[in-house]
Amino acid sequence: MSRNRLISAAMAALFIGFGGSGAADAAGDKLVVGFSQIGSESGWRAAETKTAKAEAEKRGIDLKISDAQQKQENQIKAVRSFVAQGVDAIFIAPVVATGWDSVLKEAKEAKIPVVLLDRQIETKDPSLYMTAVTSDTVHEGRVAGEWLAKQTGGKCPVVELQGTVGSSPAINRKKGFDEVVAKNPGMKIIRTQSGDFTRAKGKEVMESFIKAENGGKGICAVYAHNDDMAVGAIQAIKEAGLKPGKDILVVSIDGVPDIFKAMAEGEANATVELTPNMAGPAYDALIAYKKDGKEPPKWIQTQSALFTPDTAKAEYERRKDAY
Amino acid sequence: MTPPARTSAAGIPRALPQYGALVAVLLANWLLFPDFFTIRLQDGRLFGSLIDVLNRGAPVALLAIGMTMVIATRGVDLSVGAVMAISGAVAATMTGAGWGLAPVLATSLAAGLLCGLWNGLLVAVLRIQPIIATLILMVAGRGIAQLITEGQIVTFTSPGLAAVGSGSVLTVPMPVAITVAVLAVTGLLVRRTALGLMIEAVGVNRLSSAGAGVNTPVVLVAVYAWCGLCAAVAGLIVTADIRGADANNAGLWLELDAILAVVVGGTSLLGGRFGLVLSLVGALIIQAMNTGILLSGFKPEFNLIVKAVVLMIVLLLQSPALTLFLPRPGSPRSGSPHPRTPRPAEPPVKSGSVKSGGVKSGGIKPGAGA
Repeated sequence: MSRNRLISAAMAALFIGFGGSGAADAAGDKLVVGFSQIGSESGWRAAETKTAKAEAEKRGIDLKISDAQQKQENQIKAVRSFVAQGVDAIFIAPVVATGWDSVLKEAKEAKIPVVLLDRQIETKDPSLYMTAVTSDTVHEGRVAGEWLAKQTGGKCPVVELQGTVGSSPAINRKKGFDEVVAKNPGMKIIRTQSGDFTRAKGKEVMESFIKAENGGKGICAVYAHNDDMAVGAIQAIKEAGLKPGKDILVVSIDGVPDIFKAMAEGEANATVELTPNMAGPAYDALIAYKKDGKEPPKWIQTQSALFTPDTAKAEYERRKDAY
Repeated sequence: MTPPARTSAAGIPRALPQYGALVAVLLANWLLFPDFFTIRLQDGRLFGSLIDVLNRGAPVALLAIGMTMVIATRGVDLSVGAVMAISGAVAATMTGAGWGLAPVLATSLAAGLLCGLWNGLLVAVLRIQPIIATLILMVAGRGIAQLITEGQIVTFTSPGLAAVGSGSVLTVPMPVAITVAVLAVTGLLVRRTALGLMIEAVGVNRLSSAGAGVNTPVVLVAVYAWCGLCAAVAGLIVTADIRGADANNAGLWLELDAILAVVVGGTSLLGGRFGLVLSLVGALIIQAMNTGILLSGFKPEFNLIVKAVVLMIVLLLQSPALTLFLPRPGSPRSGSPHPRTPRPAEPPVKSGSVKSGGVKSGGIKPGAGA
């Protein structure tokens, strides 16, 4: 079995075709990082990859990216080939939470530190990875809720557009927001439905909410679990003859360029950024570890910054090329 | 064999489950939400929950029109959702590149037509089973759409294209108007010419209709091409509606809703007789349920369960085995001695056979060939 594995790893290394430069570079002083990215499932994901490249360049790191096309087996193959090439570190944005133990053990045996980006994994042996750089999605919901509570003096009937039923960002972003609602007796979630994280469903659900709440008169704000649904909701509000951002406040999470555009036009009020710069903190932790063996904490939490219309125009200009 | 004969006297009781279900779902919505039937004008456009049902139901209704034809030939088209994504991607990308409305619409409709032709060639000429043939494009099509949009949501601001999704004609929302127009054209094509009969003949028995002189490859290619075109129109509508092409999500799983609409409408997956209007009723039942669930305030975890239960009831009502036990005065079954049975196993399986009165392929084929 192990011979087969060796052969397949060697084959994979050949197919990826770095022309044998990987091991040579690793021997030099330039850090070589292999990054197994999930694929290009969304604009955010593409931005994460782009930022990872830019941040690597800034630090003089040689970054090798492998696109897994949303398949775990491709990610496992990529990790094995990175091990075979002897890279200095492996970054993984895991497509699913389970099934990583055996391949991570191989990396550990080869003494290659592994950093998880943007998502956690489930494992009994946390020593299999060095650290995980992710955002705290519960905190994101909390930040959005706190902004809304402050803005409305804690009095606000809210409609909520949830993400895909059962997905962890949807569960957590709801949880964080609910915590704030529980603390403010004047705040209430009057309607909540799933908009599947898409614009089209966000618009359709918002249309129904507006009708169900007396033409939108009973709604103070809409809280969307992602910006895309908020963009759809903004259109529904407009088509109902109301002013998004004024008659109904719009607050959402992610910080994609289009929501900054909407904010610049006064149609959205706030977004909590899920930063696409997951690799930056990971590089810094890695460099510190390589320099003086300092182990980073097990979880590096990225900042969940809130953005408002004041800076929207500049933020849009800054972001539109990254996505 | 003229169209009125199909939908008259015998037609009304046979459509009872569909219309009954639609009325029942609408009434249930009204009970859950008393303002359900309230309609007002908003910015020169009808506005209300009932309008939402029609407007949001339009894409699936369009898909169902094309899908009905395909299913009538005993085929199925799984690629319509992906074709929607392609036509939307083409429209948004071209608009972003500065093209005018006319070339944008023409190109994205042509893209849909091309996809349909491809499916038709696989099925009619290469004789690949429809479910497999269209599965290819179902999988590959979304990839093509993602290639066009480069994996991003391509947004546009052109008011012309946006009007396809959110404009209106004489206060009627544009998607509804477009659907009615496509239905009218399709209806004229299949009911005022021999085309409808040929489609049914091919569906009942491809070999013998070929023997009777029907050019079956041409009929099949035409049907799949039309289905692709309908999907492209639906794709334009959803893209125009959100002013952006979302290649990952546009039309996702809608092929299944379209097939469901056709089946709920009473057209048999075994091919043969089809009901265009009833497929649209099927699409409306599905959308009325979706809108009702959104209005009701149920938790989202229950969405699919509610939908499943209602659909199960509608489909059970159509079950030929079940209807045998229900007392139905004037049931077509009792009054039609029917000596012609090409496939003995057919009647109990096929919901269409309950309604099959006297007009069926036996009498059609010679006429169609002539």
